[in-house]
Amino acid sequence: MLRFVVRRLVGMAFVLFVVSVLVFLIFNVIPNSPPAQRLAGKNATPVLVKSIEEEWGFDESLPEQYATMMKKVFTGELISYSPRTPVDDRIKEGIPATLSLSIGAGIIWLFFGLLLGYFSAIRAGGWLDRVLTGVAIAGISIPVFLLAPVLIYFLTYKVEIFPNGGYVGLTEDPWEWLTHLILPWFTLAVLSIGFYSRVLRSNMLDVMNEDYVRTARAKGLSERQVMTRHVLRNSLIPIITLFGLDFGATIAGTAIITEVLYDIPGVGYYAAEAIAKVELPPIMGVTLYGAFFVVFVNGLVDIAYAYLDPRVRLGEAAR
Amino acid sequence: MARSEEGPGAERGPWSLAFRRFLRNRLAVAFLGLFVLIVLFVLAAPLWADHVAETGPNQTHTVEKLHVGDEVREVVTPEGKPIGPQWFEAGGRFFLGADSRLGRDEMVRLMYGGRVSLFIGVVSALITTFLAVVLGLLAGYYRGWVDAVIGRTLDVLWSLPVLLIGIALGISLAVGGLKVGPIAIPSGSIWNPIIVISIFSTPYIARPIRGEVLALAEKEFVEAAIAQGAGPLRVMFGEILPNLASTIIVFFTLNIANNMLFEAALSFLGAGVQPPNSSWGTMISVGEELLTTQPLLAIIPGVMIMLTVLALNIVGDGLRDALDPRSKVRLEARAGMVEPEGAAV
Repeated sequence: MLRFVVRRLVGMAFVLFVVSVLVFLIFNVIPNSPPAQRLAGKNATPVLVKSIEEEWGFDESLPEQYATMMKKVFTGELISYSPRTPVDDRIKEGIPATLSLSIGAGIIWLFFGLLLGYFSAIRAGGWLDRVLTGVAIAGISIPVFLLAPVLIYFLTYKVEIFPNGGYVGLTEDPWEWLTHLILPWFTLAVLSIGFYSRVLRSNMLDVMNEDYVRTARAKGLSERQVMTRHVLRNSLIPIITLFGLDFGATIAGTAIITEVLYDIPGVGYYAAEAIAKVELPPIMGVTLYGAFFVVFVNGLVDIAYAYLDPRVRLGEAAR
Repeated sequence: MARSEEGPGAERGPWSLAFRRFLRNRLAVAFLGLFVLIVLFVLAAPLWADHVAETGPNQTHTVEKLHVGDEVREVVTPEGKPIGPQWFEAGGRFFLGADSRLGRDEMVRLMYGGRVSLFIGVVSALITTFLAVVLGLLAGYYRGWVDAVIGRTLDVLWSLPVLLIGIALGISLAVGGLKVGPIAIPSGSIWNPIIVISIFSTPYIARPIRGEVLALAEKEFVEAAIAQGAGPLRVMFGEILPNLASTIIVFFTLNIANNMLFEAALSFLGAGVQPPNSSWGTMISVGEELLTTQPLLAIIPGVMIMLTVLALNIVGDGLRDALDPRSKVRLEARAGMVEPEGAAV
């Protein structure tokens, strides 16, 4: 196990390095215009551009530029230039809203995904399975940017059940926090509910053919016990891995669109605002932190997976 | 590709059989029809623009008035509220109303925007598939360090938050344009989102293709080709590639759908298609600002995206079932739905 963890950590460090180089290339090397000009923003004065050029050392060699950029990002010196605001502060302000949105959505999609998948699998081929399959496919097919406008229009404007966008902190007013987040949670969760129910269904159908399930039946366990204790349990391991990966990707990606649509002032909203104003430093910061977060979560998931399923770490060692 | 290889005695080749199986799948055929309709709809954009709406996708009508019967309607009110759907009341002009305070014809924009969305989806899927096939063939055929390098690169790309990095690259290119060696792309070009999308969706196809190449490279016909003196290129592209055809077709179809969603997300956030071009994604972000007064402006482009993506996904699944009947029979046999028939196919 220790060997696996060490290997995985080394792999993670490598990926983190690659990510940082990639982000560096994306912002400072690939585009076809002076980098200082781009960082300064749309209406920058020549004086500002000049000072950014010196501050970031754009006349130095690429490795030195890379080092400067990483130093700026990880010591919290990253600044957006119009007006001058530290990027870190804004990101920190956004984290509670982003976490509230993502964690809530994660719980909802895991719960409903597993529920629908379980009933779909134990009734495979029956009418319930067909209905649930239809629901799942509909869920997978509705893009966030269609679902959100429809929900907002009908449930916050036509019928004023929910507040129209915005965010209230959990510590300020838990009830308002909840009502503001219900629609965003479901918007973010619907796609994954559909997807997870399909994955669990097919996993369970696979497991049902295993010998130990036949053994469980043969020794006289009730169908319900066979399904929950043997089939469901063994089908959950891949789901947990998947959940880890998707959860990371949701925080650092999909949540952005939901935050914009519902005016939730999270990290993604900040990034979107920066895109609209064509301010690159915030996007640089959000991208790097987000990518690091995802790589880190993926690493943890792998280690947890190896812990849950010894075959994985043995397989790795044997390779 | 494999069609010419039908033996003289075979009445129906595998492709014709697959085609017949596809036709039997009514749902897939219906959604293929829907997809064709959507393509025809966007192709008809210039016809509608010139002969019905009499305006272009970017032409503004801020002070114009429509004469409907005896009534005079402003395209944009002095408060900046655009006109709602007119259907055929104004002879097809402003069929879906105007898009914003700029008073552009929403229907015309929907048709031209759809062209951009579909074009980006299809072209990026072509590039993605091409890259994925080449990388998958090289990695699966040569193995060793080639596989290690390609495999690791794909793993890293795969594990990244694709949307976030896509946004970063998208906005960076949208601001500065691209210059890598001989390739130079100006900043507003729709080739920028195409490049972003193609790169980041490659691992999703390359990894399964590599797996399949690994398995195929073990087969006797590959050994036979090598024994006959075929070089690596001929083995890869002449022997292995034709056997990947059905996988490639299925992934290509599904990839168009994914890439269109990716494009819509990028464009919605402003990191994809740049003005004056517009796509369904940019139209949603414009329409979203008027959600309470003119909800259709945000909802209709969203519905178009959903229908297109749904159609492509269902057609893709239908193709998978038709081209690889075993996959479906296996699944259903497992679920106890049908007895596996023709399992020897």
